[in-house]
Amino acid sequence: MPAAVFLEHHDGELLKPALGVLAKAAELDGDVAGVVLGSGVKDVAGKAGAYGAAKVYVADKPELEQPLPQPRVDALAALVQEQGIDTLLFGASVLSADVASGLAARLGAGLNWDLTDLVLEDGQLIGKRPALGDTVYVDVGWNGEPRLALIRAGTFEPKETGGDAPVEEFDVSFEDFSLAATMLEQAHAESEGPSIEDADVIVAGGRGLGSPDNFKLVEELAKALGGAVAATRAVVDAGWYPYATQVGQTGKTVSPKLYVACGISGAIQHKVGMQSSGVIVAINKDPNAPIFDFCDLGVVGDLHEIVPKLTDLVRQRRS
Amino acid sequence: VKIAVCVKHVPEGTTHARIDPQTKRLDRSGEGAINSFDTHAVEEALRIKEAQDGEVVVVSMGPQSAQDSVRKALAMGADSALLITDDAAAGSDLVATTAALSAALEPEGADLILFGQQASDSDGAVLWSAVADRLRRPVISQVAELTVADGKVTGKRQTEFGYDTIEAPLPAVVAVSDAINEPRYPSLKGIMGARSKPQRSVSLSELGVEAGTVGEAGSKTVVQALNDPPPRGDTVKLEDDGSAAEKIVEYLAEKKVL
Repeated sequence: MPAAVFLEHHDGELLKPALGVLAKAAELDGDVAGVVLGSGVKDVAGKAGAYGAAKVYVADKPELEQPLPQPRVDALAALVQEQGIDTLLFGASVLSADVASGLAARLGAGLNWDLTDLVLEDGQLIGKRPALGDTVYVDVGWNGEPRLALIRAGTFEPKETGGDAPVEEFDVSFEDFSLAATMLEQAHAESEGPSIEDADVIVAGGRGLGSPDNFKLVEELAKALGGAVAATRAVVDAGWYPYATQVGQTGKTVSPKLYVACGISGAIQHKVGMQSSGVIVAINKDPNAPIFDFCDLGVVGDLHEIVPKLTDLVRQRRS
Repeated sequence: VKIAVCVKHVPEGTTHARIDPQTKRLDRSGEGAINSFDTHAVEEALRIKEAQDGEVVVVSMGPQSAQDSVRKALAMGADSALLITDDAAAGSDLVATTAALSAALEPEGADLILFGQQASDSDGAVLWSAVADRLRRPVISQVAELTVADGKVTGKRQTEFGYDTIEAPLPAVVAVSDAINEPRYPSLKGIMGARSKPQRSVSLSELGVEAGTVGEAGSKTVVQALNDPPPRGDTVKLEDDGSAAEKIVEYLAEKKVL
């Protein structure tokens, strides 16, 4: 099966989720190609061979300089048709989800998303997808080709094979509407605070805190437990807490021994960043919050009362 | 500006949702509600309308019961509604849904088509980009701050690397993040008024969509099997009776993480 992996890159480096998918694809089928799209990207494309790509297809065009999805749909549609690619895999990201979906519409192809594994059963590609708050694991397949799939970030680890892959350029003609959106500005996230990625204990706050001031409660508990403070995307976007502390799809993926979620509903964006934590404790006033489906201890109640008490008790115990 | 907002009717609360083992489809027979992520899109449409005049049409696809969600959006303040409902549409995947939804959206001629950031039942966060491609319009996703002016839409959004500001000419498709606003609750007046607002219900043939392109027949993905999740250990759930903090400490001690 001529399979390919969309290799997203940033600042001259291929992204880890994409390289992880490449490693998995190479394991299933030794002859997998990488696809690198951008402007001035031949150097970064050359790195793909070292991570398992047998060949790298490159479109190097000024129209592909900004990380916008629609010109990439044009490029991938052309490539799939030219090379008869039957399986095209993506490591999930803000950009790649939009690319994969646009491509599905363009080619009338099947797209399965949020996959946490890929297997071959009797030669057929099957994706595994946790659904309904991980209460059921669905085996998904495809009718026809190409098969498109978005793999949950962090699912597969990249593997350095030390190989070398030939780079093959291809041409793209762009649709007018694909070039209509333009990137006016890209602001990089503010400098990193204390890292949450290596912490053994994380106390995280969400919108249920009610106000930015209430992050004090989270900070106090984190201090008592000797842990770090994390936040959800919603509160980071609202300006309550810095981006460096954000856990989830557009933030960091963490797996501490203990994760205490305060006022966090457990939207999938957040879940993907913390579900591999050891013990997950959730405090939320909404008994139907999705986080209660994937925590170990779920407490339905008012965090404004519970968290300060908990902080005191932890302090007493540790002193 | 004319704004079309796409909303989905989803089973209420993930705790009760189930997949029918026979059809391998989500069981939609129980109570449903508007996908909460979509209420942010409705709210944003209403704010744009209130700031600069315009019209908001709610568009949905689902069983008859999806009327409940459509009415909620009307009660919030949308002006009219269009529901695609057809037994043949059941089981539609991304491309099949895109075919039907785009056929309904095209003749609406909206300047702006808004989506919420994901569907809470399928965890899908992809539909807008497929619809944009089908309608040949620019798309901006994950927008946390939206401006519509001078025939253009500008969206600020967060990605893995920081913040993007993206501009596109109208007509355009935009998916908003749930951080963009706090959706209003419908007022009593809004709820009463919703009934008299124009609500259309259309079948696939009325949209000129061929049956073979929608529903299970038009879908390019297939559910092969349903499995139990790998064991995570039992969830202990308790309601705070004043002793929750003590119980959490006991639990943490027992799990040796304190």
